[in-house]
Parts: sequence; C-alpha cells; structure tokens
Amino acid sequence: MTSVTVKMPGGGRISIPHFPIDMVNANERASSFTTRSIKKQSKMDALYLAIEMTDLTTLEGMDTPGKVKQLCAKGIHPVPQHLLKEVSKNYDFREIPSVAAICVYPSMVPHAVEALAGTGINIASVATAFPSGQLDMRMKIKEVEKCVKDGATEIDMVIDRGAFHQGRYQKVFDEIVAVKDACGDAHLKVILETGELKTYDNVRLASWMAMEAGADFIKTSTGKVSPAATMPVTLIMLQAIQDYYEETGKKIGMKPAGGIRTAKQAVHYLCMVNEVLGTDWLSPDLFRFGASALLNDLIKQIFKQQSGQYYYDDILSQD
Amino acid sequence: MTKKKATKKKATTKKKASTKKKAAKKVAKKTIKKKKVSAHKIKPGMVFEYDAAPESSAVVNIKPKYDLFIGNEWVKPESGKYINNENPATTESLGKFAVGNDKDVDKAVKAARKAYDGEWGKMSGKDRGKYLFRIARILQERAREFAVLETLDGGKPIKESRDVDIPLAAAHFFYNAGWADKLEYVYPGKDVKSIGVCGQIIPWNFPLLMAAWKIAPALACGNTIVLKPAEQTPLTALLLAEVCQEAGLPAGVVNIVTGEGPTGAALVAHKDVNKIAFTGSTDIGKLIAKNVARTNKKLTLELGGKSANIVFADAAIDQAIEGVINGIFFNQGHVCCAGSRLLVEESIHDVFVKKLKKRMSTLRVGDPMDKNTDIGAINHKEQFDKIKEMVAAAKKEGCDFYQPEVKVPRKGYYHAPCFFDNCSTSDSIVRDEVFGPVLSIMTFRTPEEAVAKANDTQYGLAAGVWSEKGSKVHQVAGALKAGIIWANTYNKFDPTSPFGGYKESGFGREGGRHGLLPYLEVK
Amino acid sequence: MSNLKVIKTVKLFIGGEFPRTESGRTYSFNVKGTNDQYARLCQASRKDFRNSVENSRKAQPGWASRTAYNRSQILYRMAEMTEGKRVEFVDLFKNALGKSETEANLMVDEAIDTFVYYSGFCDKYQQVMGAVNPVAGPFHNFTTPEATGVVTLIDADEFNFAKLVDSISAIITGGNSVVALLGKGCPAVLAPLAEVFKTSDLPGGIINLLTGDLDEIKGFIGNHMEVRAISFQNEREDVYFEMKADAIDNMKRMIPRRDKTRSLDLILDFVEAKTVWHPIGQ
Repeated sequence: MTSVTVKMPGGGRISIPHFPIDMVNANERASSFTTRSIKKQSKMDALYLAIEMTDLTTLEGMDTPGKVKQLCAKGIHPVPQHLLKEVSKNYDFREIPSVAAICVYPSMVPHAVEALAGTGINIASVATAFPSGQLDMRMKIKEVEKCVKDGATEIDMVIDRGAFHQGRYQKVFDEIVAVKDACGDAHLKVILETGELKTYDNVRLASWMAMEAGADFIKTSTGKVSPAATMPVTLIMLQAIQDYYEETGKKIGMKPAGGIRTAKQAVHYLCMVNEVLGTDWLSPDLFRFGASALLNDLIKQIFKQQSGQYYYDDILSQD
Repeated sequence: MTKKKATKKKATTKKKASTKKKAAKKVAKKTIKKKKVSAHKIKPGMVFEYDAAPESSAVVNIKPKYDLFIGNEWVKPESGKYINNENPATTESLGKFAVGNDKDVDKAVKAARKAYDGEWGKMSGKDRGKYLFRIARILQERAREFAVLETLDGGKPIKESRDVDIPLAAAHFFYNAGWADKLEYVYPGKDVKSIGVCGQIIPWNFPLLMAAWKIAPALACGNTIVLKPAEQTPLTALLLAEVCQEAGLPAGVVNIVTGEGPTGAALVAHKDVNKIAFTGSTDIGKLIAKNVARTNKKLTLELGGKSANIVFADAAIDQAIEGVINGIFFNQGHVCCAGSRLLVEESIHDVFVKKLKKRMSTLRVGDPMDKNTDIGAINHKEQFDKIKEMVAAAKKEGCDFYQPEVKVPRKGYYHAPCFFDNCSTSDSIVRDEVFGPVLSIMTFRTPEEAVAKANDTQYGLAAGVWSEKGSKVHQVAGALKAGIIWANTYNKFDPTSPFGGYKESGFGREGGRHGLLPYLEVK
Repeated sequence: MSNLKVIKTVKLFIGGEFPRTESGRTYSFNVKGTNDQYARLCQASRKDFRNSVENSRKAQPGWASRTAYNRSQILYRMAEMTEGKRVEFVDLFKNALGKSETEANLMVDEAIDTFVYYSGFCDKYQQVMGAVNPVAGPFHNFTTPEATGVVTLIDADEFNFAKLVDSISAIITGGNSVVALLGKGCPAVLAPLAEVFKTSDLPGGIINLLTGDLDEIKGFIGNHMEVRAISFQNEREDVYFEMKADAIDNMKRMIPRRDKTRSLDLILDFVEAKTVWHPIGQ
C-alpha cells in the first residue's frame, strides 16, 4: 500500500494510507442498504432521529436576515404550533424535536445566534471561502475566527481541492490543522467536496487526512457541486471512520450533505450507519444530515406513519 | 492581543485567545452543553430492528399434488407414488409430487422423440426463437410468483430469488432465444446441427435458474428435452411447465419428470436419449459418467468445487470483505462455485479476519421470506446434517473456529455462518466441498504460493483474485486452473458469460456462445 | 548388395531424450507382409509411460506460457525439419511399408502441410473461439481457450503419417504436452519423427513418443491422475470404452476417434474455456 507522508505541526511526520477502493463493489454494497426494511416503531424512531440529526441549511446568495430567522424558527419547531395542535386533535403525537443545527453563511451567523438564543440548537457556519476554498489561507483563518467570535458553534470548512489534485497534500493538511486551531471549542466539520475529488480512492485519502488533521466531523459536500452526497461516497467515509476508530479509539462524526431530500433516503443512510459503524453513531453527536427539503419530508412521513394519512407539502412552511 | 497574533503564536497565546472567545459566545456555549445532554442517544437495540418484512406467499398457488409433465399434459405416475415436499424454513409441507419410474421416463423420452422428429425438429430457427422469447417474457411477468415459490421450496432468501435467480433465468431464455436462428455463427467455418433428445438433471441449489441454463440453449439449438428436477425443489420447474403451456410450446418439446435418484438413473440409462446434461455433486456426476461411458451418448457435467478466493495485501480491503462474504454466504453457501477457501496474504491476515468477523456479525440469518434476510434456510435436512457433521469434524481437526452470535429461528434448518482459520491444505475442511455457509482460511506469502495453494485441489470450477495491481491480477488469473476467474468481484453470473470448470468440476460450458456447443454436433 | 545390414534398435523419446525402455524389452518390427525384421523396437512398460507423463507434466506449463508466435514458429520448424529428413521418411515408408516413391513422398508432403497448417493456427484459435462477453453490468468479461495439460494420444494401428502428425500438432498447438503411443502400423516412424521434434527447438517433454503394446499399458492410462485428456485414435473400440470408464476418476476429457484432419475443432478438443470477470470502474 502506498501512502502520503505529511509533517505534523508539532514536528514529526505521519503517514496517511493511500487505500484503494473498488468502485463497482462499493456501489453494489451501498445499494444493498436500500433494500433493508425496518420495523414500524424503528422507522418512527429513525424519522425523529433524522430530524434531530438535521443541519437545516440555507446557503444562497440571496439569503437575508429575514430568511435566516424564518429558517431558525422552523429549526426550533419544525412543525408550526398551530398545525401540531390541529393534527394532535385526532392523533397522539410525540413532540417533534428541534433540528441539530442551522447552517448558514458567515455573514448570517449573528442573525442565527440571535434567533436561536436559548434553544440549544447549534449554529453552523460554512467558512474558508465556501464553497470553492480558493482564498489565501490567512484570510480563511480570519473568516473562521470571525464566525466563532460571532457565535458559531460549528464550523463547516472546505478543503483545498485544487491543492489536493496537485498532490500538495501538506497544504491541505496544514489548512485543516490551522482551521481546527482557530475553531477553539467550536466543532469542526471538514467538507471534502467529494464531487470534485471524483474517485473513491481520493475520498478515502482525504477522509483520513481530515481526521488526522483534527476534524470532528467529515462531510461530503458543499451542495454546490453535483453529485453531492451519495450512498457509496458516504459508505467509503463511514468505513474510513470505522478504521480510524479501530486504530486510534477516536470517534469521528459523519455528515452527508446535499441531495438527501426524502425520508426514505434518510432511513437508507441510517441503515448504512447502523450496519457499518453501529448504534454509537446513531446520534446527532456523530451523524448529521446537511439538508433543507428533507425536513418537510420527514415530518410528512411522521404524520403519515402516525395517522395513516398523507399530508401535502403546502401545509408545511417551505423555508 | 490581536486575533492574528493569536493564530500565529498558538503556543503562548492560545489560552488567552480562547478565554476571549469563550466570553464572546457565552450564551452559545451554554446551549451547546444543554444540547448535548438533551440529544437523543438511541439505545442499542431500541431502534433499527429490521422489520420482519415477509413477502406475501399469497401470490402462489401450491397444489396439493403435482403430476408429471409429459407431452404438454399432466400425467399420473405409473407407480401411483407421490412424495412429500418440505419447506426447509418451517418444515411444513408444500404438497406432494409424483415419482416417475422408468416407464414414465420412457413415455417422456418418446414424447420428446416425437416432437424432435416432428414439429419441433422441422420448425425454423426463427420460430423456435420466438417461443423462447415468449417464455422469457412470461417468466418476467410472473417473476414474483416464481421468486416466492423458489424461496418457499428451497429456503433461499427472497431477496436472492427476487434479484438473482428469477431475473437471470428469464435473461437466459432471452439470450438463447436470439441464437435459435443464428446457429451458423456459433462455430466459425463449421456446420452445426442439433443432437436430438436431451436428458437433463438439475440440482436443488438454483432450481429454476439451472432449469433455464439447461432448457434454453438446448431448445435454441433445436433439441427436445426431458428434465428431471431435484426431489428437494421441484416446484418452480413444475411452474415452468405451466409457462411452456402458456407459451404454446408444441407438445413433447419440454417434458418434466419429477422423482428421486432412480428417476434420474432411468433417464441416464434410456437408450433413446442422445445427450445427458447434469449439474450436481461430483459423486453423482461420476456415477452418471460411468453409466454412459460405454455408450456414445454425449455428456456435459457441471460438478462440485472448492474454489479459492485469493486476497492480496494490495486489494481494496473493504470491497474484498464483501467479495468474500458474497463468495461463501450467497445462497447459504449452496453454490458449486462458492469461494469456500479464503487465501489471504499473511501481512493482512489479522486485520482482514477482524473485519470479516465484524461484517459477519451483521449478517441476518432467518426467515427466507423476510426481505431483510441475508442467509436463509439450509435447503433440506440431509444437507443440514451433513454441514453440521463436517463442521464438527473440522473442529476436531484443530482449526480455529469462529461463528458470530446471531439469532437463528428454532424451527427449520438454519446454520449460522462460520469460518475456520489457520487451516492447512491437508485439512478436510479445506479439501472437501461443504456446500454450506462454512469458510476455511489459509495464508500465503507470495503470488506463487497463492496460486499453488489455490490449484491444490481436484476441482477447478472458479477462483477469485483481489488486488488493485492489474498486472498481478492478470498473471494470477492466467495461472489459476479454473473455468471462471472473478477478479475483484465474485459470484457474478450472466447468460452471455460461459460457466463451467476444469478438472473434476466437470466438462462443457453453460452460457454464452460456448454454452451452445454441448447441444450441437459440429460437422 | 552384399553388405550385411545393421539392424537398428529404435529407442523411445521421453523428455527430449532417447532412452531405452527401462524394462529392457524389445520386439521386432517387420517389413509389411513379410517376416523380415526391419528394426527392433522398445516395448514401453507402464513405468516408461509414467516417466513420460512426469516429464510431460513438468514441461507443459512452460510450453503453454510461451508466446503463441513462438509456438507457431516451432511448429513451422517441424515442417522444415521434416522436409530435411524427407529421404529418411521416404526410405522408411518404401522399405518398411512397401510404398512407392511417389506414395511415400506424398505422405511426407501431407505431413509437412499439416505442420504448416497448425503452425498458422497457434496464434489464431484463441481469436476465433475466444470471446468478449457483453454481460449486463459494469464488468469486462472475456473467455479464452487455455491448455488442458498432459494429453495421451493412442495412435491408430493402421498407419497414417499425416493423421499422426495431425493428432500431435493439434494437441501441442493448444499449449498441451503429449505422450503418444504409436500404433502397430509403423512404430519405426518414431526414430525420424523424434529427430524432427528434437531439432525443432521444442522444449523436451512436450512430445513424448512410445512404442509398445497397447494391451500392456492400457490399464494405466485412463486412471493416471496427471493425464488430463486422452485422444483415442486407435481402432480398438473395446479399449476405448474401457479407458473412457477409467478416465472418469479424474474426469479426463476423452476424445474419440476423429475422421477429419486439419480442423479448428481438433485443437479445441484439448482446451478449456476460461472466463475472467473484472469490474470496470475507478
């Protein structure tokens, strides 16, 4: 097995295995999770859990403080109180939980902090010149520091894919180390942008590099590049997390982001997490969905499971 | 203290900087802590219990009693004898089926001969092909029914009968249908012609698929057939008889005579059978070969195996694990080409076995009708007992035994997956075909050693090679004495791909252009 | 012709060498239709047979892994060497079999043409009978013919030079090695024929030639575990069926008498189709 050697900030070198992945087999294995079917109660638990794992996201050029506030409100109470009351008339609902985090651009962090004060919901800010990462490293660090200062509790950074493809792995590594340092107590999610890394071999290498450099979570995508999260790419990353855990005892979190729109997809992902990493990872501490449209579908499915009726999109807010 | 400095001189300023940061987001900090306490941690076992998601058996209509299918009619057996058919998953009865004797076989051969000399023999290839296309279509349309029946009868997981057995069976008819009017392209530069009446005896591990492998090329080449399904799994072949009727196939082209060993023996011994095709155990295969040795009957045999799955240190390990799992546990290991000998490079043995154990613990053994089931029921009691016996014997031989703790239903024949590690080439668990979910593991140090160990068997059906180094894959694939080499994959089947073994794994090929040759005479 | 004739003892051809039979037995080969001894021949024992198989087994993988082009050239060399020994062959056929000059020359011509025919097939049968199979999935899948291994040839008793050369050539073209028991018709052909093989750059052990009594060693061929196939070109049907029954033990490929020559299917009698799958991905 070949490997990539990088210098550690405190001196010394570590070697990052360049681990081959067979694409066809990985795809096949990933698709096997889509045929699992889980018990009704388990499915209900899974739907609730998926809500709790959601990083409800808005990352648009046209985002405004108003839009972010609306999104925060939805994150706190995914089902509007009036609707919950109405539906609860006939059926006994478990309270719909809040999402794990609201994920926004740096400029929107103060607005999110304000809207979420006292709720326990995390404020995730994308950073490091999201989504391209094409910026001088000192500026990236400044951006991270600003976000943290403004109250972001989680930083979703992007790696420098250009440097990665050039083989300048040290640069990629150093950036993550530096950003981690700038994060302080904020949790660091490292976005690999797998849609630009292209090969699974690269995904595996980048995953390991990110974990060695201090990532708390590894994340598939910005959502700005197609394909975003896929089952096979997530599988490769989960297996890397598994191996890293076996080797170091450290539990790293996973966040697939982009492209997960339906409750059914979310359940497939959870089946995969369960089979590859086990129940320890079935927690918002170690698994997140980066999504926006997913939330409404999760709620609809909960309504449906509970009442046997389908509810239409338009009864839910389209934030 | 500026933030710039804070980042640059971490060692000295970090503490201060972070204090400052903490102060700046005091509110947020609190909430993080609160969130962590309140976060739902799902208790193990509480969530993700896979549902018993049984496929409904309502789509099939199992008759209390099945007769023989001769000359497009359902015929009572001469002996009047019927035997019970058992569902191995529940030990419940699936009705009775007829036991054909030599007189019944004679009737069937006569019907086949009549069709060969008559309508079918004179029919154009184009029309023969159209009948086969029709059968393929009907199989596709009735796929669900066939899948359920296959699983009830043989105990294989519904996801396998649904995703593998039935679609492949239909695909075989579809592929071979197209050959019927193109036989002049089968053998370059040679004229070919059909052989006559073919007696075909098939095993219980892939009942419908094996029937398709046998029937489709035989008919495409213009032969007529008498098929004897395995006594453990007659149902899908009998349903296929209905499909033949539905397709309007002329009488006598396909005849199905159920029964046990003597029924098969009668077919092998029949003087007017021109060719015998058998898939099954090497012992029975040799017996058949002996029976036809002094005749000029043509013979193809698809027999046992003890195939090696070689994993090099430079393999894609996680995918190789899947390949090993699929190689040995697919269809409960009731696969002639099962990768039952794992040869793993010594330097990765420990990590590989560790991963293998972990993966095995996620396999779900249980009700074959449950869509979540990975390993279903052992096909029948005799095989179940044989597997247990061989496992017990191997334990005594001193190999390291591992079996994950998995729940297994109390009723029915279930055997949890297992392996024996640190085996040597002389151990019987390494040499003898188990035909069950039992893997043996050995190590090797060099490609030469891997090939030597892999070839150290009387069989030569299949082998697997796992390495990301292309030139090594090709060299090893070339050196392995086996008819099918799965490089960085395992247990893949396709109607266009020839299947069959070297050495004692039999002779002749099924599938692809090569699969037609056993059903043709080359002039 | 007053000069006293030296009677030659034809030795066996095993592993590229010319040993006498280990049994020390010889027998007389007479001029056709007379009691005049033409030559003395070794009567191969079962041990000679086993020895030949052992040599053959060791040499075969190397032969199979030669390039097809190289095998082709060696077969062509055999044609050239046969031409070079024309006089010797012609003398043999005239003196031992009573053939005319023309007949004997024709026999040699045909044999030469047969070597040339198979020489040209060494690098083509794989293309004609191999395949790239269009499987329904992301896999590269191809089928190639591969050598079966050690083949035993039981030659016909009625001597047909070209047919003998055909049988041997078809076997070695496919990368196999052969142990041939020559028929009763003209076992003395061993001497010049072995010289041809010996001088054609053919590795030792790929072709082994024995003379002797079929009845004596027939019981040790069918059940020899290293023999992978038998080409039974002899007329004795009883022995064929006997051997076919013996051959079942290790599932030997049993090839019955073929009445054709120079044909693709004669090569394919001694090859196995190997199918290789590999994923297509990144």
